[in-house]
Amino acid sequence: MGFDVNQLYAEICGDDVFFAYAGNIVSEQINLILEEIEKKSVEVSTNIKVRKKIYNIMVESLQNLFHHLDDVPEGLSETLGKRYGMIVIKREGGDFRLTVGNFVSADKVKFLTEKIAKINSLSNDELKEMYKFILNYQKLSSKGGGGLGLIDIARKSDKKLEYRFYPYSDRYYFYRLDIFVSI
Amino acid sequence: MDTLSIEGTPKTPTVRFNGSKGIIEIKGRSIPENSIEFYKPLVEWLEAYAKESKPQTQVNIQLEYFNTSSSKCILDVFKKLEAIQKANQGVTINWFYDEDDEDMLEAGQDYESIIRIPFKMIEVVG
Repeated sequence: MGFDVNQLYAEICGDDVFFAYAGNIVSEQINLILEEIEKKSVEVSTNIKVRKKIYNIMVESLQNLFHHLDDVPEGLSETLGKRYGMIVIKREGGDFRLTVGNFVSADKVKFLTEKIAKINSLSNDELKEMYKFILNYQKLSSKGGGGLGLIDIARKSDKKLEYRFYPYSDRYYFYRLDIFVSI
Repeated sequence: MDTLSIEGTPKTPTVRFNGSKGIIEIKGRSIPENSIEFYKPLVEWLEAYAKESKPQTQVNIQLEYFNTSSSKCILDVFKKLEAIQKANQGVTINWFYDEDDEDMLEAGQDYESIIRIPFKMIEVVG
């Protein structure tokens, strides 16, 4: 077995982590995570703009996890929990690095790759126009997501999004997204 | 017309829709997982209000945070207000944002460019 999610989590956390969570992503948990992030971000940044940005990005990332993460592959759910996701916020050079990870089925890899590549290819003004277009013309999905989450995250991020898919099995990948906020 | 009053929670805003005064207020955080459920009564109230709206409706929106799923529902609220204005009733929209919160100011400008009612942008200092 090549991919070990616990090892990846430990690697991502490394040093200088100020918030880390790995486990089930359910509604009550989201509330607790956001409360904790809000509390801890006061300790690591005096800049309210930075704190708001981090909070906003985490709100959206947790919503994305809540609505879109796939159940963990069979055999892992007993140890990880069925709705497993990870969130790590750490300092890295002049940035806060916000990492979000979850299992996705293999058929989503192409869609996500293309979506992020498209978002990364756009300027801030183009992202703004795309956001407004989707806001105005696309209906909400039954899950309540509007396809706006990633675009909103990219608008608030101070660098291009980084992402990676770690192969777990034929049917599953572990999807990792990194977002940066300047300190 | 009944007043619609909803107390705020850590995930949903305080709502005060006063039909007899023509004052509509949404204040706080709007980050529920299911925003459609939360905003449904607001949109329905506005549909009813449109039939007997005051000559002047004042709208005060003061959001600290909102998620993208709320953003569509908030646009639905604005679209109902736009319809009231189209029926030749006055609608004033005050968009409050915290000092230096450029993202929230920009969010207001995004809405303003979609609906055809000018927003008054008000920075809340302190």
